[in-house]
Amino acid sequence: MIDPKRYLLSTGVASIQGPLVFVRNTTGVGLFERVQIMTQEDAPRLGRVVSIADDKVVVEVFQGTEGLSLGGSRIRFLSEPIVLDVGPSMLGRVYNGVGDPIDGGPRIIPQRRPHIDGLAINPVRRDVPREFIETGVSSIDALNSLVRGQKLPIFSGSGLSHDRLASNVARFARLRGARAEEFAVVFAAIGVTFDTAEQFRREMNEFGALGRIALFLNLASDPSAERLVTPRVALTAAEYLAYEEGHGEVPSRKGYPGYMYSDLAAIYERAGRIMGRPGSITQMPILTMPNDDITHPIPDLSGYITEGQIVLDRDLERRGIFPPIKLLPCLSRLMNHGIGDGMTHRDHPAFAQQLYSSYAQAHRLKLLSSVVGEEGLSDADRQLLHFGDRMDDEFIRQDDQRRSLEDTFDIGWRLLAELPDESLIRLSDEQITEHVAAHRHEQ
Amino acid sequence: MSRAEVFWLNGPVLKARVDGDFKMKEAVFVGDDRLAAEVIRLDAEAVTVQVFEDTTGLRPGVELVGSGLPMAVELGPGMLGNMFDGIQRPLESLAVKQGDFVTTGINVPALDRQRSWEFRPLVQVPASVAAGRVLGEVQETPDLTNRLLVPAGTGGTLEWVAAAGSYRIDEPLARIRTDGGTQEVALMTRWPIRVPRPTRARRPIEEPLLTGQRIIDTLFPVGKGGACAMPGGFGTGKTVLQQTLAKWCDADIIIYVGCGERGNEMAGVLEEFPVLDDPRTGRRLIERTVLIANTSNMPVAAREASIYTAITIGEYYRDQGYHVALFADSISRWAEALREISGRLEELPAEEGYPAYLPSRLAEFFERSGRVTTLAGTDSSLSVVGTVSPPGGDFSEPVTAHSRRYVKNFLALDRERAQARFYPAIHPLQSYSEYTINTAKWWRQHGGVRWEERRGRLLALLQEQARLEKMVKIVGRDALPPSQRLALFCAEIMVEGFLRQSAFSEVDRFCAAEKQSAMLALIDYFIQRAGRVVDRGLDPDELVALPVVRRIQRMGEDIAHHEMDQFEALTKELDAALDTLEGRGEARDHRLMPR
Ligand SMILES: Nc1ncnc2c1ncn2[C@@H]1O[C@H](COP(=O)(O)OP(=O)(O)OP(=O)(O)O)[C@@H](O)[C@H]1O
Ligand SMILES: [Mg+2]
Repeated sequence: MIDPKRYLLSTGVASIQGPLVFVRNTTGVGLFERVQIMTQEDAPRLGRVVSIADDKVVVEVFQGTEGLSLGGSRIRFLSEPIVLDVGPSMLGRVYNGVGDPIDGGPRIIPQRRPHIDGLAINPVRRDVPREFIETGVSSIDALNSLVRGQKLPIFSGSGLSHDRLASNVARFARLRGARAEEFAVVFAAIGVTFDTAEQFRREMNEFGALGRIALFLNLASDPSAERLVTPRVALTAAEYLAYEEGHGEVPSRKGYPGYMYSDLAAIYERAGRIMGRPGSITQMPILTMPNDDITHPIPDLSGYITEGQIVLDRDLERRGIFPPIKLLPCLSRLMNHGIGDGMTHRDHPAFAQQLYSSYAQAHRLKLLSSVVGEEGLSDADRQLLHFGDRMDDEFIRQDDQRRSLEDTFDIGWRLLAELPDESLIRLSDEQITEHVAAHRHEQ
Repeated sequence: MSRAEVFWLNGPVLKARVDGDFKMKEAVFVGDDRLAAEVIRLDAEAVTVQVFEDTTGLRPGVELVGSGLPMAVELGPGMLGNMFDGIQRPLESLAVKQGDFVTTGINVPALDRQRSWEFRPLVQVPASVAAGRVLGEVQETPDLTNRLLVPAGTGGTLEWVAAAGSYRIDEPLARIRTDGGTQEVALMTRWPIRVPRPTRARRPIEEPLLTGQRIIDTLFPVGKGGACAMPGGFGTGKTVLQQTLAKWCDADIIIYVGCGERGNEMAGVLEEFPVLDDPRTGRRLIERTVLIANTSNMPVAAREASIYTAITIGEYYRDQGYHVALFADSISRWAEALREISGRLEELPAEEGYPAYLPSRLAEFFERSGRVTTLAGTDSSLSVVGTVSPPGGDFSEPVTAHSRRYVKNFLALDRERAQARFYPAIHPLQSYSEYTINTAKWWRQHGGVRWEERRGRLLALLQEQARLEKMVKIVGRDALPPSQRLALFCAEIMVEGFLRQSAFSEVDRFCAAEKQSAMLALIDYFIQRAGRVVDRGLDPDELVALPVVRRIQRMGEDIAHHEMDQFEALTKELDAALDTLEGRGEARDHRLMPR
C-alpha cells in the first residue's frame, strides 16, 4: 500500500516526448525512483525518474504516454525504487508485464518487496554452475550441455519453432536421477501474441505442470516501454523462488527490445548460483534474430554476454527437421564444468569434440560439392558427407520425443562408426575400441 | 575539504555547484553513504563527477565532498591471491560485510591493516639513498619477496630504519631526510591510477613470454614486456585463451582483470587457481595472482577505472623487480564504459559514438607495458594482453582498429575454427607478432636449434594451404597434382598435430618449450620425408590411413612431458612406416633426422 506521507504529487508536466514526460517545479525526487502517472480516465501508469536537473525531472513511462495531456496528468513520485511484491504461492499464477496478477486470483501477500533491478552478485560468492540438466534434446545434452545456473539463449528467427522447443525443454528438463518437478519455471512472454501465451499455458496445463510455473505476460498489444520492466520483474520473482524458496528456475522470455550491453548484462547476469543457497537461476531466453542475421546487435550483444547459444535454422525447419538446431554456431561455455567422469560420461568431452569436428568437415564438404560436384570428392570425403546427412536426420531430428542421454550417446557413437579411424583424431585408441568398434561390426 | 551541491543527475554522472577548489581526477565522496566518485570535468561553477557505485535514489541537494587527493590505489604486500573490484575494494571483505550481493556505501580499505609482516632491514643507517633503493623486505608469499623501496621522487639521507620484526603495512619503517624535510616510508604506498609509475629506462624486448601454447610461442610469440591484442567474435575463445595464458605463462606475477565480463568466469578463476600448481615453482597459481573483477552488471564507471587499477598494481610489482603479465578481458567493455560516460556528458562523439579521445586513451594504456630498468636497477617487465570484442566480429571497428596501432602482437580469433571446435581458434594468416626476430635468439639458446627455419616453413605451408584451398573450390581436390595434394595433406597434419591444443586436456593444456621443440621437429621431419615419398612416385593418399599419421596428429594430448622419449619412438615408427611404403629401407636420409 502507498503511504500518502511518502509521496509527492506534481501537476507541472512541461512536455511529453515519446515515452518521456518532463516535469517542472519538483524537488525532493531521487534518481530511478518509482513514479505513477495518473489521469482521470484510467489506472495509474508506471514510470521512473531517469534524470534530474535542478527542479526539472525526466520520467520514463513504461506503460505508454498515449492519451496523456499536459494539463490532465498528475505525477505521483514515490520515494522508492520500483519493487515487486514477492511471497509464497507465487507459482501457478499469471501476471501482467509489470507484475500485477491478472488471473482473477488474490494479490500476492508480500513477504518482501525487492527492487526489480536486483543487485549484482558479489563474484566471490558465486558458485560455479556445474550440475548437468538433462533437457532430453540430443543437440543440447550431448553437444551444448546446459547446467544449473547458466544463461543459454535460443537464437531463433521469426516463425521458427522456438516455442515448441522451449515448451519441450520446460517439460523435459531434469537433473540426472531426479524428477522434473524440481524445477520451477518463470516464463516471461514479452511482446508475444495472446495466442502464443495461451498455447504455452495450455500445454503446461496438459502436462500438469502449471503449478510450477509463474507466467508474466507482456503482450504484443501492450506498450513497448513496459518490456523494459517485464524481464526484471520476472527475474525478481525468480530470485525469490530460487534463493529463498530453493527452487531451480528456468525463466524464459522472448523478443528483447534494443537494450545496450550494460542493460542486457544486468538482466542476464542474474542467472547463477550463490554459495550456500539452495536454488539457482537458469535462463533460457528466446530471442529473434532480425532477418535471421546473427550479427544483428541484439543476438550479437547477447552472444557476448550469455554463456553460449542454441541457434535455430530456417533451412532445417524447411526440411522438416525438429528441433531445427544448427549445430555449428551453437555453444555452451559451461559445458566443461558439467560433463565428464562422475557427471555424465568419462568420454563425453571427446565424443562432443569428435562429432563437432566431423560435422564441421562434412559441412565444408557440402559447400564444396555444391560447387565442384560430388565427383570431385574422394571416397573419404563422401563418407563424411554421408555422416553429415545422417547427423541431421538421426541425431538432430527427434520430433517431440524426450531422449535420454544414454540414447543420445548411442546414436552418436553409431554415426561415428561410419568413419574410419584416421578421421577420428579427437578420439583416443581406447575410446575407439570401447565405443566405436562395436558398432562397426553391426554395420 | 572542498564541497559542492549536486543539481544534475544522469545515471553515474553528476554535476554539482562548487564551493571551493576541486582538481581534475580528484577522488570525491557523494552523499551520506559516501559513494566513491572521481572528478571528470571542471567548469567555472560546476564540477562533474563519475560515481563508481549505484546512484539510485540520489537527489538534488546531496553533498559532494572532495578528498584533495587523486583517485589512487593502495600498494603493498597482501594483494596477491586477492580479488578486488574496479576501484580496488576487496570483494571478500565486502562479502563479509554486505553478504552475497554488492550494495553501496561500504568503505573497506583495500589492504588489510591488521595483518603484520616480518620485516628484514637491508641497509645500515645513515646512508644516502635514491628513489628505488631497496631498504628492506618482507616475504609476501613463500615464493615472493616484497621489497620496501625508496618511493619515486624521493631521495636523501636515510636517518632511521626499523629493526627486524613484525609490522603492519601502515607503520613507518624508515625515515629519509630530503631537501624539503623528512619523509617516512611504510610498506603501503598510494599511487594515482591514471599516472604511469616512473622507471629508469625502457629497454628493447628480447625474450618471449612463454605461454605454453604452441601456436603462440612458435608462430606469434608474446614478448616479455610486449603488448598484445586478441580480438574475436563472441565465443571464439578469448577468455579461455587468456585464462590459459594466465595459468601457464612464465611471468612471476599475474594481474587478471575481468572488465565488464561474466561473473561466472571470475568464479571459475577463483575456483581453479587455488588448486592448480604453477609448473615452475610447484606453488599454487593463486599465490602469484591478483584478480580484479568488475563484471558487466557492476557499475560502469568502476569498469572504466578497473583497467587503470590493474595496470598500476602491475607496475608496482614490476618495480619490485618482477616480470608481470597483465590480462585484460575485455578492452572493448572498457571502451564502452568510456563511451557511456562520454555520452552522458553530451560530448561530441567520433566513430561509432566513441569519444574522440579513445585512440589516445588506448595508446596510453598499452604504452604502460614494456621491459624496463626499474628505479631499483632491475631488468623487469610488464606484458599486457587484452581481448577485444568487436561487434559482429568485424575487425574494422574502432576499438580493434586502434588497438592494432599500439600493439605489436595481434592474435585474431576466427569464428569458423571455433565453430569446428578447433582450439585455439587463432587464425594463422590474420595474426602476427613483431617480437619473432627478437625471440629467435632465445629459442636458439634453449634447444630450438632450427626454430626460425622450421617456423618459416610452417608459415609458408599455411600460406600455400590457403592458396590451394581456393583452387580446390574451383577444380576439386582430385584435379590437383600429387605434390599439391601432399601440401594440403601436410598442412592438415601440422594444423591438427601441432597447432591444435585444448585448454581442457590435462596433458596438453600447457606445452613446455622442450616438448614444443620436439613436436615441431617431428612435424617438420614428417613433411620432408613425406615429400620424398611422393617424389619417388607414390600417391599422397596412401599416407592418409597410416596409423603413425594418426599418432602424430594426437601427439600433443597423448605424450606427456615426462614421456619425451616417445617422440623418438614416434620418429622411428614414422621411418618404419614410410620405409615400407617406399619399399626401400636404404632410402632413409639420416641428415634429415630431427634434433
Ligand atoms: N583453447 C581452448 N581449448 C578448448 N576449448 C576452448 C578453447 N578456447 C575456447 N574453447 C571453448 O570455446 C568456448 C568459448 O570460449 P570463450 O568463452 O573463451 O570465448 P570468448 O571469445 O571469450 O567469448 P566472449 O567474447 O563472448 O566472452 C569455451 O567455453 C570452450 O568451450
Ligand atoms: Mg570472453
